[in-house]
Amino acid sequence: MLNVQNIRKDFPILQRKVHGKPLIYLDSAASSQKPQQVIDAIVHYYSTSHANIHRGIHQLGEEATTAYEEAHKHTAQFINATSWREIIFTKNTTESLNLLAYSLSKTFKKGDEIIVSRKEHHSNFVPWQQCAKEHGLVLKIVEITPDGVIDLAHLRTLLTKKTRIVSITHMSNVLGTVNDVKEIAAIVHANKTEDGGHTLLSVDGAQSVPHMAVDVQNLDCDFLSFSSHKMLGPTGIGVLYGKRALLEKMPPFLFGGGMVGSVTEKETSFGDLPWKFEAGTPNISGAVGFSAALTYLENLGMDNVWNHEQELAAYALAQLKKQKDVTIYAPAFVKGKRGAVVSFTLGTIHAHDVISILDQEGIAVRAGHHCAQPLLDSMGVPATVRLSAYVYTTKEEIDALITALDKVRKVFG
Amino acid sequence: MSFDTYSMEIILDHYKNPHNKGKVAHVDLLNREKNPSCGDEIEVSATLDTEQKIREIKFDGHGCAISLASISMLTDELKGKSFQEIMKMEKQDVLALLGIDVAPLRIKCVMLGLRVLQRSILKHEGKDAQGISLSEI
Repeated sequence: MLNVQNIRKDFPILQRKVHGKPLIYLDSAASSQKPQQVIDAIVHYYSTSHANIHRGIHQLGEEATTAYEEAHKHTAQFINATSWREIIFTKNTTESLNLLAYSLSKTFKKGDEIIVSRKEHHSNFVPWQQCAKEHGLVLKIVEITPDGVIDLAHLRTLLTKKTRIVSITHMSNVLGTVNDVKEIAAIVHANKTEDGGHTLLSVDGAQSVPHMAVDVQNLDCDFLSFSSHKMLGPTGIGVLYGKRALLEKMPPFLFGGGMVGSVTEKETSFGDLPWKFEAGTPNISGAVGFSAALTYLENLGMDNVWNHEQELAAYALAQLKKQKDVTIYAPAFVKGKRGAVVSFTLGTIHAHDVISILDQEGIAVRAGHHCAQPLLDSMGVPATVRLSAYVYTTKEEIDALITALDKVRKVFG
Repeated sequence: MSFDTYSMEIILDHYKNPHNKGKVAHVDLLNREKNPSCGDEIEVSATLDTEQKIREIKFDGHGCAISLASISMLTDELKGKSFQEIMKMEKQDVLALLGIDVAPLRIKCVMLGLRVLQRSILKHEGKDAQGISLSEI
């Protein structure tokens, strides 16, 4: 169990008021708030140890380099990677997925196939779509079931000997539904490709890694992408995990300083993992803050975090279902298969109008297509309201949202 | 943005009972576009008179109260206006019609209808409609 009242004391922003009302922050799926421990770690780093990494061998350079490398090691432990060299720091999940799509596509042949699902965030859709266009690859879309998870039977029919990679979300940022990655990995890896290997699996963990224990060895995914800012850490730093043997064979994505072995006028050899994929001066303070966020989550225990959110998801769904004019998208609560992200609409009132009124009550939720237009098109709605919870969220905050819906009805009904 | 002012009542009235909803019988100008950031979609159609001014103008589509009220009010306002007058209109003109100030992120809702109309004029004149952005703030 989480002691939410104690946790809330660590988040200074939760003390502020919005339009004269206490802030009720139900938009953590977009970005989480930050505990004092993370803010302090960044301030401490800049106050005591900042210098560029892997360059000067002076004292500050040593300290900054150590802190940056330690953050890779910490991240590797957090997701149970076999080596810290399998952890590449990027700017966010989007950049991780772009790195993967750009780099892998260069190694694919014309006519090779990529599969993504209907419910992907644009960041796991557009890079593959664009790389497919550039390299003459075929992009296929696996449909989802009415429960909001990937249709495994459909996935099996789409896989061919030309399918090089399947890239899917772990947890939907619109529906909150969780895919069974382990089972999908087994299906994908059993599919033999014409080069004698098998199809690879990339997982978008932006919505799962912050909320549940994710063990890459247990899931057996080949790649995993996620962002610090959705898991209590700072913006501007994200992670691409990849199995070492695969990363070794992939060409670099960005070129420049810090990622090379030796450079001559005509040729360049590239450095060791993960530096081969981290050109230029990286976000060192971001890595330090991210490591502090991982420590904060470890102290809470990821199973406790997940259980807390399961409880909130069940509660929010039950309360919303009592509202006759509320339509919930993927309304079922299945324990273990549903995170605390709920998308809904209120009668025919536009989602933006709903959140305008909620904002007046100090309630922050998201409205829109949540960067998942192919999914919303298939749901037949232009926009939904989305509430999302995290470690600091209480049932009382969900009650306040439900109460505020009456004000929306009064204005727009 | 407060929802209990007199201006807001007028906005809500336009939203619930829009003026000039539908499509004109004789189409000289026609444009339908989506605000990529929120999915709101507005179609504007207009008939021109012999001086190339707006004789009749109607709109259709779906969106939030602010975007639909804005275009509803604009269609009342724009009859008899020339292309030049319409192309010169900016956000302060639409905000003046609405009588409210909106949060920066909602300016695109305010401006969607006008921008769709302005882009229809650019298209009509054979110019590049991309010169006007739909998603400005």
